[in-house]
Amino acid sequence: MVALMPPPMVASAQHPMVPRPYTVCGVRRETYDTFTLELGSEHAAEFAFAAGQFNMLYVFGVGEVPISISGNPTQPNVLIHTTREVGAVTRAMRQLSAGDVLGVRGPFGSHWPVEEAAGADVVIVAGGIGLAPLRPALYHILAHRERYGNVILLYGTRTPADILYKKELKQWEAGLRLPVHITVDRAAGAWRGSVGVVTTLIPRASFDPRNTVAMVCGPEVMMRFTARELEKRGVKPENIYVSMERNMKCAVGFCGHCQLGPTFICKDGPVFRWSRIEPLIAVREI
Amino acid sequence: METLEAILAQHPFFDRLEQRYLDLLVGCASNVRFDARQFILREGEEANHFYLIRHGKVALEIFAGHRGPITVETLEDGDIVGWSWLFPPYRWRFDARAVEITRAIALDGKCLRTKSEQDHDLGYELLKRFARIVEERLQATRLQLLDVYEVRS
Repeated sequence: MVALMPPPMVASAQHPMVPRPYTVCGVRRETYDTFTLELGSEHAAEFAFAAGQFNMLYVFGVGEVPISISGNPTQPNVLIHTTREVGAVTRAMRQLSAGDVLGVRGPFGSHWPVEEAAGADVVIVAGGIGLAPLRPALYHILAHRERYGNVILLYGTRTPADILYKKELKQWEAGLRLPVHITVDRAAGAWRGSVGVVTTLIPRASFDPRNTVAMVCGPEVMMRFTARELEKRGVKPENIYVSMERNMKCAVGFCGHCQLGPTFICKDGPVFRWSRIEPLIAVREI
Repeated sequence: METLEAILAQHPFFDRLEQRYLDLLVGCASNVRFDARQFILREGEEANHFYLIRHGKVALEIFAGHRGPITVETLEDGDIVGWSWLFPPYRWRFDARAVEITRAIALDGKCLRTKSEQDHDLGYELLKRFARIVEERLQATRLQLLDVYEVRS
């Protein structure tokens, strides 16, 4: 088994509380309620980030929200975020068009253990919009495919209409030796794929649990059940990583909005080992 | 050519089942094949069999009037289809339909009920295995009912 180091925080060279202006290069609708923003900046030629980190995106006059970076870490000239319309800021974001400007702070937080997982099998489990923060890890792994054992993507969504990055998923499966197993919670009509919760894919997946690193992102309850199922297969809790979401405001551990027990999700996370975060999310009072 | 006994022994449902029980079960088993879209069982019909999927995919469906058939779960290689044969009134509660060409072993439920009544150790062994599947599917259904991907703004 590879020795896994705790994911380090990657610091921003810029003052962390000052947003930098970025120009919207494009807005692409992914599903009926999700969209992808492509941002560029003439001030920063490149935007280096690690897979799993997030930015604070500021729609001027409306507000600021944390959004995971979902682009390719090896192509830092364009900054990509996929998000869902769930509140005033993301609704305003959806209305942006090419040439509009928004503020960006980041990147913040810990990252997926893509380097530490070299030599191991990698199981990536995504639920709903949780595929977006995992996509940079997939880009990295697929760009260095020979460094890993079996790599598998298990993806669960609410319905077939909620599947993100459909074209890319097909490309990954067809050309890049990435088995992609998709299941939906409910389906009618023409869907011929799997129906059932994402945890049901785990017993069928091909990987060696003794030498596996799992990266899981989705709603917290989905991650909890997924981690349990992975443990049931024999994956060690310290080799399971999850990306947590809380009400992040400052993103640098000052304000305490995202505090969870002794940790700050923004600074110590959002990516945590399951063995570290499980005891904390089990405490309902925090 | 693989024998039925070898196929049963290799199926996860019968993992580590004693040989004497496998010998009994073979007498109730037969190979079956379903084409894509073919019904395996239909709601309301007498439940006389259950199926061990060897290769393929099966959709459990409920026909919901004008909404048509709604798939509530799919089952694949290594899974079990059907437990209504275990309990009165021995009628299927769902439709099951092959999504793609599916090969399975059919086990005669009436035959198994008779053998289980004659040998309670066999009955207990079978019920333990079915209870585990029922528990797993119940947990999965609970999670499905939570609708965890629903937007809550």
